[in-house]
Amino acid sequence: MSDLGSEPRAGGDLGSEPRAGGDQAAAGRRLSLLDRILGRTAPGGEDMERLLERRTSEGAQEMAPRSRTATQELVRESGQVLHLPEGVALDTGDIDVETPEDESMILNLGPSHPSTHGVLRVMVELDGETVLRVKPVIGYLHTGMEKTAEELMYHQGCTNVTRMDYLAPFFNELGFCLSVERLLGIEVPPRATWIRMLMCELNRISSHFLWLGTNGADIGALNMLVYGWREREMVLAFFEKVTGLRMNHNYFRPGGVAADLPDGWRDDVLALCEAIPRRMDDYDRLLTGQPIVQARMEGVGPLDADTAIALGVTGPLLRSTGVPWDLRRDFPYLAYDEVDFDVIVGTNGDCWDRYAIRVNEIRESVRIIRQIADMMPTGDFRTQDRKVTPPPRNRIDESMEALIHHFKLYTEGFRVPPGEAYVPVESPRGESGCFIVSDGTAKPYRMHMRAASFANLQSMAHMARGALIADMIAIVSTIDPVLGDVDR
Amino acid sequence: MSDRPVADQPSDASGVGTQEGPGGVRLWHGCPVVESLGAVVVHCNREDYLTLCRGLRDEGYAMPVGVTGVDYLTHPGRVLPEGIRAERFEVVVELVSLEQRKRVRVRCQVPAADPSVPSLYDIWPGTEAHERETYDMFGIRFDGHPDPSRILMPEDWEGHPLRKDYDTGHVPVKFKEAHQ
Repeated sequence: MSDLGSEPRAGGDLGSEPRAGGDQAAAGRRLSLLDRILGRTAPGGEDMERLLERRTSEGAQEMAPRSRTATQELVRESGQVLHLPEGVALDTGDIDVETPEDESMILNLGPSHPSTHGVLRVMVELDGETVLRVKPVIGYLHTGMEKTAEELMYHQGCTNVTRMDYLAPFFNELGFCLSVERLLGIEVPPRATWIRMLMCELNRISSHFLWLGTNGADIGALNMLVYGWREREMVLAFFEKVTGLRMNHNYFRPGGVAADLPDGWRDDVLALCEAIPRRMDDYDRLLTGQPIVQARMEGVGPLDADTAIALGVTGPLLRSTGVPWDLRRDFPYLAYDEVDFDVIVGTNGDCWDRYAIRVNEIRESVRIIRQIADMMPTGDFRTQDRKVTPPPRNRIDESMEALIHHFKLYTEGFRVPPGEAYVPVESPRGESGCFIVSDGTAKPYRMHMRAASFANLQSMAHMARGALIADMIAIVSTIDPVLGDVDR
Repeated sequence: MSDRPVADQPSDASGVGTQEGPGGVRLWHGCPVVESLGAVVVHCNREDYLTLCRGLRDEGYAMPVGVTGVDYLTHPGRVLPEGIRAERFEVVVELVSLEQRKRVRVRCQVPAADPSVPSLYDIWPGTEAHERETYDMFGIRFDGHPDPSRILMPEDWEGHPLRKDYDTGHVPVKFKEAHQ
């Protein structure tokens, strides 16, 4: 993918500690610890072929190994086989104790399991500890937010979308606002654009920090959980100062942002920029340089670039396969073409690369935030278009027209010209965006959220095949799905 | 209406496969191309859907960003290019070409009497979950899909919630004094 014209940075280039056991396989793919212990030369190893051959009452049934199974075939297989309706309990009469060669079993992981990051249910077909097939079953958090959006006016819409990907609320609001603004054809003042960028990059840090903590907990580094939440809280404290809320901010509005940054925001932001890289160095010592953490992730759950693209996988998952694809650079929105940052890419597409990319993206975001703090323009924080923005509070006390205007704006909303718009943004999980169809009224005719987690979850069946059940926890963890985003 | 035919030197649709159609409308694999608020949109009828998508894949649109539906039951007045029959449902497919850094949106008309389209699963396996969601929400069947079942709603759910004739539930508001 060198024709995309970027300078890939090595994904595994982390920290000062030399990495133990980072030897590359002759085949070019990084092998997992289990592969190395068993002396395998390919991920999953030759064992996979034996494991995937099933003796059934109709003779030998063979499932081709991952390397030889087309992307389409794999899902077709698990789509048909692993489809057990909810509430169907195992009938003990079904277990055929007389045929010991068929020892595979179907296990339900979740929907209420700490490693599934919410309410994800994963149906796993296991042979011993080896995963044969995987199917994620979702919908446990479905609340019909796209239907709700059709009942809410455009200025109320942000309160709805911000609850979707609840770890990256600003990106939901941003996708919604950009689409509405494109339909309205209004320009957002520069200060609002830069405030949005600042909040989004801080949100990327907070989201990645939470991921760092839960990922640590998933692979056994339980102390990291506390640190991840602690650092995230640092960022959320700043969010609370600016927006009044830690989460679900409803801060971005069509036409700008709800309020200007508070006094002293620059000091707070620079203090964060000071603290975060120092803490990251600590976590490099705690996690990145630690042989157990490396062994849990290196060579586990590999994904190749062509499969990732065909599956519509975006974000750190896609970049880990070596595809330098970042919407901030490839389809610049806000003012990302005015700041300097690197797109972090990996090479192996395994859990370790996904880890390394997120860790480095925290550092890149700090770099962007420093530039934003320097370049923050002055001026309005929301558009002065009176069709969209309500009059200021003090005008309402003085002017009858302002009062009427305010009242009409909040009871009738503003009308948006008919049309359709979709403006994608790069959320911490990948491409996110809001597809809005307008019929000319004050409410969206149809609003669809392109959820990055929803698309990324499809890659699980491909990454987990042939892995151990314990590796599958690491795989789910590095996909980083947010179930509020998946189910909406 | 913001949609206008791409007549003079289209910015994005000038690639392989486009040709001049009647009335200055550009055709891409025989389907009219319009520019809608900066996005390139290809409209098609159901019979051209699969050919168009195959053609787009072969031209480098390797990544399926999403598949979704729209129910135009209560918004019949939308503007469509010539040759496209307005139907109740639309299937909207968003595609990306990573090499060319381009996006294209496909809008396919789906009649209410027989809401089904061919599945894109064999072209892009990543449309699997999106098509299931569209089936779940709109009742549009995707022929050839490996697992045509509900994905978000419970399996025994009746109706398709995002259809415009599917009413939202209401909780009656009880006022303290109202019962007298």
